[in-house]
Parts: sequence; structure tokens; C-alpha cells
Amino acid sequence: MFRLRPEARATVRVTVCGEAVLVPEGASAAAAMLLVGPGAARETAVSGARRLPYCMMGVCFDCLAEIDGVANRQACMVPVREGMVIAPQRGARKIDPEAA
Amino acid sequence: MTARAHDALVVGGGLVGASIAWGLLRRGLSAALLDEGDVAFRASRGNFALVWVQGKGDGQPAYTRWTRLSASEWPGLRDMLAADTGIETELQQPGGMHLCFSEAEIELRIALLERMRAASGNHGYDWRLVTGAELRDMLPGVGPKVIGATYTPYDGHVNSLKLLHALHRGFVSGGGAYLPYARVTSARAAPHDFVVETQVGSFSAPRVVLAAGLGNRDLAPLFGLSAPVLPNKGQVLVTERTRHVLPLPTVCVRQTGEGTVMLGDSKEDKGLDLSQSPDVMAAIARRSVDSFPWIGELNIVRAWSALRVMSADGFPIYEQSRTCPGAFVANCHSGVTLAAAHALHLAPMIAAGELDPMLAPFTAGRFDVPAAA
Repeated sequence: MFRLRPEARATVRVTVCGEAVLVPEGASAAAAMLLVGPGAARETAVSGARRLPYCMMGVCFDCLAEIDGVANRQACMVPVREGMVIAPQRGARKIDPEAA
Repeated sequence: MTARAHDALVVGGGLVGASIAWGLLRRGLSAALLDEGDVAFRASRGNFALVWVQGKGDGQPAYTRWTRLSASEWPGLRDMLAADTGIETELQQPGGMHLCFSEAEIELRIALLERMRAASGNHGYDWRLVTGAELRDMLPGVGPKVIGATYTPYDGHVNSLKLLHALHRGFVSGGGAYLPYARVTSARAAPHDFVVETQVGSFSAPRVVLAAGLGNRDLAPLFGLSAPVLPNKGQVLVTERTRHVLPLPTVCVRQTGEGTVMLGDSKEDKGLDLSQSPDVMAAIARRSVDSFPWIGELNIVRAWSALRVMSADGFPIYEQSRTCPGAFVANCHSGVTLAAAHALHLAPMIAAGELDPMLAPFTAGRFDVPAAA
């Protein structure tokens, strides 16, 4: 569905849903998710509806993802970094009450 | 313009007004619900949504009884609203906890709940102090600063926005007339004969119920009533949704049906002021993390403030006008907890034209005692 512009230089390697993706420096984690497509859709916390990143400006929260082990991050607000591990948020985040 | 005639006019479209209006409709009365609109101070949209009994009514057993009556009838209200509207209000009543951080706090709490047990007589009042392993078992991840908690089995919580929605939908689908932007501008009151002028027209009825929260203060004198209520500000923080962790609500922290964690219970007397303040928000956050350290891992996604509707002694005001019978006032700061009592008990009393003696302690006359010199 989404693809890189021909002139883009995709140099940063990240992982989305276990799949290696090359994205340009300065792109957001949400952009990397869009490159992967529907497989990178999150599932909402209440109804489980599937959503991909939408507003790309920090407003709609449809890009929630677990990034490098931190749950519920707004992927559109997080610039990619070499080796970043991105997984769409599936349902409400977990919290271990005994670990804190 | 001719006044539109109804059996009853309810002034105020929040939880108190909507509960009563829905209840009047169930009694076969035609009713108009006159709602000020979104400029109103909406306690019904900013509350903490507890159905709470523990500790309420110290010094006024009638308030304890009224509160417990409502809590015990809440499952019935939930079922009726669900059948009527298809809206689930997410009621859960697993009991509730009040956390204590010091021995002194525990002593005060024990004294309070023992007083309440004594005042409840044969009606009974179950409570117990929970500590140690049992406390950690009942409240997963409770913090080490919490040295004990008092438990009563009567408490619970709901989704209060869905409650408000359900009452409004049930009222309208049952044939009630909901009038938004209907701020009351004046009224002519005679016994069982009322004409109320609003921004959207005139309405007449032999009964008027004032349920306008803080607005009752100015409305009540028009009907020979008195409602000396004042605003008390509460601020609330809400976290992102998480999987369910907290099996029961506490006074200051509860996890909602959809997974957010609400943090609150600040109290400020600042007049009609809805501003939020970093110091109060920080204090709420600090106490919440002291209560449950795992809350510190969560993001706060929303925060707001709202105004409680408080009388001088904290108890409700219910009264029928002596000079203009047929006019009633209803004020309280627990529109969620008392929704079942208002819909299923108070509304029938108003329909019948007389408040039950069980509500006699709640007339506004109790505030008229002159202060000792």
C-alpha cells in the first residue's frame, strides 16, 4: 500500500513484526509500520478493531506500538533508530503489578 | 407564548435530574427535562463514578441508610436501564477499600467504622481491617507504604457517562421531553401550579423538581425553597488502558471497565473555578504511586476537574416547598451512588406528592440554626 519515494535513501534497518525493513533516516516508526502494511495493524484495547497509523502527527493514537519493549508508544512521534524493534500494540498494554 | 403543559418539570439534566425524570416517567407521569446545556457545570461528566457506601453518613444514619438502599438497588437499575436502552453501565460491586498509610490513620478509620456499625443497629454494617498477605492478595501490587486498608462489601463502581447516556436515552425513548439550552430565566410559583420560563420557551406543570446542582442555590428561592450548596473542586487524572489489574475500587484509585486507571479525590474550595493545578495533580499522582507503585509505569492520557455540589454538612437536601407544594428540591454530591434511590424511590415519592419520612432529616431547615455567639 505505501512505498518509498524513488529518491528516498533507506539506510536505517528496523524490525516491524519480526520483519526487517529499511527506512530513511528521520522517518518515524509509524512510517516503518506503514511500509509493512496491514500486518502491522494494532488491535484496539476495547473492541480489538485493527488500525494502522493514521494522522501521523501525534493526535489519533492509532499508531500505538511496543517499541524496544516499551508499550503504548505513539509510533508517529518516535524517529527510527538502527536496530529498533517495533511491534503493533495488541489490545491494552500489560502491566506486572508485582514488578514495579 | 403558551406554556407547554406536563405532569412534571425537572430542572437540571445531570445525573440527579435525569434519574428523577426517568423515574417519574416510569410512574406514568409526563415530564420535561430542562437542561441548561454545555455551559453548565457538569459534575455528572467529571465525577469519579464510584457507587460508594464506606464511611458515608457518620453522624447522620439516615444518609447511611439512603446510600445503602441505593447501592443495594443498583443492580436492578442497571438491569432496567439495559432492558430499556441496551446500554450497559458496567456496574461492579466487589466491595471497596480505603487505604491507610499510618497507624494513626488506621485508628481513626477503625473508630469511624465502629461508630457507623453502632449507628446501623440491627441493620448491621460489615467492615474489616485488611493487612499483610491478605491485603496484597486483594490488591495486587499494593505499595509498601500502605500498612492496611478497610474493606466494606457494599462498594462498587460504574461507567457514569454510560449511566448518564442511558438515563437520557431511556427518558427520551419513553416519551419524555428533553430540552437542551433551557436555562431557567424566571418562574411563577403557586401551590401545584408552576410556570417556568426558559431560553427555549415556557413550561407549566403541577410539579417542579429542582435538580440543577449548584444552580439550585439561585432557583430554590423562586419556589419557596432553599438550597445552600457550594462548589468543591475535585481533580482527576486518567492513565492509558491496561489489562485488568485492580479487582476492586479504592476511594482514590480505580480501574475502569475499559482498562484506564482513574486517580482522584482531591478537595478544594475555590468557588466556581474549574482550573487545574500542577501541585494538586502532582499530589494525586504521588499518592496513587504510593498506593500502587505500578501506576508509575503508566502514561497519563487525560486530566480534568469538576465541581462537587456540597452542603455544609455534606449530606443531601431533599424537601418539598411548604409555601408552594408540588415544588421539590434535590441536591447531593453523589449522583452516581444515589442514582438508584433517586430513580426508584425519590421519583415515586415526588409522583405521589409527598416525601417519605425517611427523608425528613434532609430538609434545608437544618442549616438555619443560628451559630452560637
